[in-house]
Amino acid sequence: MDFTDTTEEAAFRAEANAFLSQHLEPKKAAAIRSGRRDDYLKRAKDWQKVKAENQFAQITWPKEIGGRGGSPMQQVIWNQEESKFDAPIGPFAIGLGMCVPTVIAFGSDEHKQRYVQKALFGEEIWCQLFSEPAAGSDVAGLKTKAVKDGDDWVINGQKVWTSGAHYSDYGILLVRTDPDVPKHKGLTMFIVDMKQEGVDVRPIHQASGGSEFNEVYFTDVRIPDADRLGEPGMGWKVALVTLMNERLAVGGSPGPDWAEIMDYARSSGSMSDQAFRAKLADWYVAAQGYKLTKFRTQTALSKGETPGPENSIGKVITANHLQDICNSAIEMQDHYGIISDKDHAPADAIFQESFMWAPGLRIAGGTDEILKNIIAERVLGLPQDVRVDKDKPFSAF
Amino acid sequence: MNFDFSDDQKFLRDEARKFLEAQCTSAHVRAVLDDDNVSHNDEVWQKIVEMGWLGAAIPEEYGGLGLGMLELCVIAEELGRVLAPVPFGSSAYFFAEAIKLAGTEEQKAELLPKVADGSIVGCLATTEGPGALSAASVQTSAKDSALSGTKVPVTDGDVATHAVVLAKEGSGTGLYVVALDQDGVSRKSLKTIEPTRSHAEIKFDGASAERLGHETGNGMTVLDQVMNRAAVLLAFEQLGGASRCLEMATEYAKERHAFGRPIGGNQAIKHKLADIYVKNEVARSNAYYGAWALSTDAAELPEAAAAARVAASEAFWFASKENIQTHGGMGFTWEVDCHLYYRRAKLLAVQAGSPAVWKEKLVSALEAKNAA
Repeated sequence: MDFTDTTEEAAFRAEANAFLSQHLEPKKAAAIRSGRRDDYLKRAKDWQKVKAENQFAQITWPKEIGGRGGSPMQQVIWNQEESKFDAPIGPFAIGLGMCVPTVIAFGSDEHKQRYVQKALFGEEIWCQLFSEPAAGSDVAGLKTKAVKDGDDWVINGQKVWTSGAHYSDYGILLVRTDPDVPKHKGLTMFIVDMKQEGVDVRPIHQASGGSEFNEVYFTDVRIPDADRLGEPGMGWKVALVTLMNERLAVGGSPGPDWAEIMDYARSSGSMSDQAFRAKLADWYVAAQGYKLTKFRTQTALSKGETPGPENSIGKVITANHLQDICNSAIEMQDHYGIISDKDHAPADAIFQESFMWAPGLRIAGGTDEILKNIIAERVLGLPQDVRVDKDKPFSAF
Repeated sequence: MNFDFSDDQKFLRDEARKFLEAQCTSAHVRAVLDDDNVSHNDEVWQKIVEMGWLGAAIPEEYGGLGLGMLELCVIAEELGRVLAPVPFGSSAYFFAEAIKLAGTEEQKAELLPKVADGSIVGCLATTEGPGALSAASVQTSAKDSALSGTKVPVTDGDVATHAVVLAKEGSGTGLYVVALDQDGVSRKSLKTIEPTRSHAEIKFDGASAERLGHETGNGMTVLDQVMNRAAVLLAFEQLGGASRCLEMATEYAKERHAFGRPIGGNQAIKHKLADIYVKNEVARSNAYYGAWALSTDAAELPEAAAAARVAASEAFWFASKENIQTHGGMGFTWEVDCHLYYRRAKLLAVQAGSPAVWKEKLVSALEAKNAA
């Protein structure tokens, strides 16, 4: 056992770090907390272009389509190094991580020529349009419909929780094309131009107060049949490929961790509280457990093996602990803890802000309950839940 | 990055598993459970002695195999899976590690080869009463190589031939090695909630004792280091037990039908088993890190050992109790093995200091680190 890179890994890490140092500022705690600046989108596009010009944009993609032809381990190393810098990468994570790989897998040569390079070089941003108001965990139950009309399909319906829809140029859109077959069999995937008429993007006012997500309404939107990804009715299969392409977690903390609440507890004289000390130990053990589990995954990648299912524990742990840590920090502040005004609240109100963000984290990208179902069914091999609608036409419900 | 055991170590694990599944079955464990006059399963013990595992982490110059701590971790996990009813941990983790760490050259040369070949069985005697161990609470005392006082309970204390004993000396404490087959020592077996590992009350009345080679009065500090080392090894035993509980519960949930389908199709059971899985993976990763720290004598050992122990104690406790729950009424019968894991989980969780003690050690280590 050791935690050192192989010679090749060390060389790549040094190369990546040198490149990053040349272009970006190291990340500072204050910078993470200061939120996104107004010029964030422009900086993100500029940074994406620089990465692409130097073959750092998609490490594992083949060179022919602008990648580096590198290994999954090199992608992990790049992600680790990039996360040490103040890198504006958010707007491209979903497009390049999930949408464009789907276009590469199922699109025509024309699609690939038209879209891949522009996305890679930061000129166009993509979003993913799957979830609907009545189809979240059970996303295959979506209702937005597409009806064939000549060489076009006409789309009507509503998507929700679409990250970045307001600044996206294109999206991959999952819709129902046949309501008279069971729900998984009547879906089809399309490429959609987000700037066209009939596409109405409205920000969601989240419970946290912010607006990072959107509702997207489609009213008589026409999509040429040529922009279909996969055969009609094969949309669910295409969607599974999209979801499988989620990038290896880079491990960026979604908010304050055990170390931050420990810092706060020390500065406020709360370290003598025995109950708090016991909880701090639990948070540390869980955070270490998650971090070290990722090391096990990396070890498998480094050896060229397929990682085991152990990484599936990630979000169940991190989202719940974030919520618990923020709750404890607020209670530690007693009545004063209710204040989220940064002029008063300790630690720039990071605990209060994350307290309001935490419920969303437990839902986004798979709820706790769905993730536990996945562990139970795919890792432990337990029977699937009862799905009463599985073999019946969607229209029967 | 190579955060995994080597191919050789994995081979050792596979061989150990095959061997123990054949030689240390539930029937072997129950032979000890159901007979109050038996302290351990000697048939299993002699076979383990023959395998040489007791000397896995004892250097060759002292009669061991000289493999290393990682190999001992691998063996510990397998012993934990099958609930081996033998004094392996007492002899190989606690006694041998204390001698290796603080014994004089003569003590190492005399005792370690005998631990390795099974001709002596060691144990650790520290506890005297309820509550966390502290220097102030130690009543057993040593004067001029004569030991007096009572230790209770001593895990494997009635099968052991030798003990490392914590005793007062002057204003501090010392660790003494004592042969248990002498006039000044009397032993009595104790009834415990974990009868597959024997426990004794040991009375010392002017027993002849030899201090380990540490500085006078420094016993508690040395014991702390021994505990850090043993904690990692215990964590692997706990991990083995917790993993087995998850397997048992999963198998049962697939087989057992209620309301016309396997109970494992219900989310209340699925989520319970997913929770066990998450805790077990957290425990596994922390145990691996502890193993790395132990095998490299890393400065991170105190927090790594504490985290490994906290995670493993929680995982085994949770897995063992929810394994019973998943089995329903069957799980509460003597004949089904669930309760054996429940019993062992609790012994291993308190044997070297309770989870509360280790959480406090962990936080203290984090404070010390951040202060530096």
